[in-house]
Amino acid sequence: MPELTSQKIPVTVLTGYLGAGKTTLLNRILSENHGKKYAVIVNEFGEIGIDNDLIIGADEEVFEMNNGCICCTVRGDLVRILDGLMKRRGKFDAIIVETTGLADPAPVAQTFFVDEDVQKNARLDAVVTVADAKWLNDRLKDAPEAKNQIAFADVIVLNKTDLVTKAELAEVEARIRGINPYAKLHRTERCQVALSDVLERGAFDLDRILEIEPEFLDGGDDHDHHDHHDGHHHHNDHGHSHGGPKHYHDEEMQSLSLRSDKPLDPTKFMPWLQNLVASEGQKILRSKGILAFSDDDDRYVFQGVHMMLEGDHQRAWKEGEPRESRLVFIGRELPEQTIRDGFESCITT
Amino acid sequence: MKEFDPGDNSASIASVIDRVRPVKIGMPVTSVHFLGDSAAFVGAEENVFVVGGEAEVSPVAVHGGGIMCAASDGGRIVMGGDDGKLVAFSASGEVALIATDAKRRWIDNVALHPDGAVAWSAGKTAFVRSGKREEKSLDVPSTVGGLAFAPKGLRLAVAHYNGVTLWFPNMAAQPEFLGWAGSHLGVAFSPDNKFLVSTMHEPALHGWRLADNRHMRMTGYPGRVRSMSWSVGGKALATSGADTVIMWPFGSKDGPMGKEPAMLAPLQARVAVVACHPKHDILAAGYSDGTILMMRIDDGAEILVRRNGTAPVSALAWNGKGTLLAFAAEDGDAGLLEL
Repeated sequence: MPELTSQKIPVTVLTGYLGAGKTTLLNRILSENHGKKYAVIVNEFGEIGIDNDLIIGADEEVFEMNNGCICCTVRGDLVRILDGLMKRRGKFDAIIVETTGLADPAPVAQTFFVDEDVQKNARLDAVVTVADAKWLNDRLKDAPEAKNQIAFADVIVLNKTDLVTKAELAEVEARIRGINPYAKLHRTERCQVALSDVLERGAFDLDRILEIEPEFLDGGDDHDHHDHHDGHHHHNDHGHSHGGPKHYHDEEMQSLSLRSDKPLDPTKFMPWLQNLVASEGQKILRSKGILAFSDDDDRYVFQGVHMMLEGDHQRAWKEGEPRESRLVFIGRELPEQTIRDGFESCITT
Repeated sequence: MKEFDPGDNSASIASVIDRVRPVKIGMPVTSVHFLGDSAAFVGAEENVFVVGGEAEVSPVAVHGGGIMCAASDGGRIVMGGDDGKLVAFSASGEVALIATDAKRRWIDNVALHPDGAVAWSAGKTAFVRSGKREEKSLDVPSTVGGLAFAPKGLRLAVAHYNGVTLWFPNMAAQPEFLGWAGSHLGVAFSPDNKFLVSTMHEPALHGWRLADNRHMRMTGYPGRVRSMSWSVGGKALATSGADTVIMWPFGSKDGPMGKEPAMLAPLQARVAVVACHPKHDILAAGYSDGTILMMRIDDGAEILVRRNGTAPVSALAWNGKGTLLAFAAEDGDAGLLEL
């Protein structure tokens, strides 16, 4: 059965604060006529109405790896469940992991970085966060978990948009963008989103880290968006508007993007990046980048979760393609100037 | 480290390949056990496949889904499934339901005691049923990773996060806790009841000397240890996880403390399964490239049982007399060797 063993099963992680609509989205995915079978790993086992053949109750057991890295936590229950599910390969096409409303997505993602058996059989497809348009603003103030889930997301389903005014919606979107300008954002009522927008995203696929441009608010005027080439979304602490949508800076959680059109020195960059995630990894939730190294005709791509990094040469730079390096960090209280200075020192002169 | 490829150099080492009776299971196999002289291959899902005197393979339905765990005492195989059922398959071919989890959770682990007691776990709860006595259960702080009965008395080791709990199900005393940070997945007592060894999520074993709970760290593996087997008399513990069979010495009162393990049969592949012979200082090892070797523990002399170039070996077992060796690879390609 080579076709069975060579193909890794995609795993979608569904997060979102309590009441945002995770179960609604899950049931939508399962009930849609897509001809696919999903294995679903849920937390509140047996308590919610989910109609699916393969439902597995999880305990969200997080443990620290014995590798001296304090934020290197993995979901042991997920390791066990994925291992068990592999005995039923062929009975399902993909796996959906629904976390509790209070869960930190990092241990789930890190499980895919550190566990060799999990890596052999499955691949993390994307972290999808369902957010409640009416209550997210409040949760971002009082629930660190909600902020984590937004910061970590590849896809954000902004749900219950029918319960807010247009102005409120713009406000909450600006808050989301202040934390995570890179996730794909979809506005929904009752989680009515195209399944192709939440499944098979390949967000952790190194080959698909092509677009790391911030996804700015659509609907508003776009004219003032393209001048943020330093990617610094810090205007000031207040929402402001000059014809376009509001911009917010979240005091705690930010994104930082770096770019250079001069090549990087790999002998400086690699140690710098490794040291950076080793020393600041607790603050850095996600990182990714496309890099142009000096004397190297191949693009190098990397991504990371906290202290864990993976990277590889992806493909040759195309004829006429600008050899530009771009990096993105999303994290908590990022030491911006230190990161910028460190990056500058890796640029060849 | 010496290197050789049994595919190319098979002429240079003794081979018994031509004496192997090939068996086609047609489904991934997760373990194999002997019931008398019949080999019972436990499939990944639903069925056990019995291979007796003739080469015929007869499937027997035991579970309504994935088979998560299996243990045998030579008279029966007890299996837990993702259907929440614990089922016994006996040498006479009967299938009996032992228990059904009230919440239909996966039965993750099972262990058998020579006196007939059976232990299993679902989630954080370990259950024991001995003879006609009522079922007893113990909740541990996190999901049970492995179970093992002590060779003497009714004592159960329950592996979980950050340690192993030792429980006497028939005694009122508080269970004893042996702590060690990390996730403990498998667990085994030494046959002399002096040591307890666990396999960890990280590539390492952890051990305790039970007299004084002294720790023994057994590290250096490139991969997770999924298979371990005591040599006859418990003098050594053979383990998978490296590109050689790692044998930890347990012959002295200090066990492997301060000692180096022996390394047998290096190949350019990971050892996936080990099975020590029940009567002699011989062991069989199956590798990630499909190779199976038998080796003498004293001098490492090797005999080739199966060539490389297939799916990883997933199951290996000797019969009680040590006259038959059964094996299977992950793709269901299996065989029987009569010695």
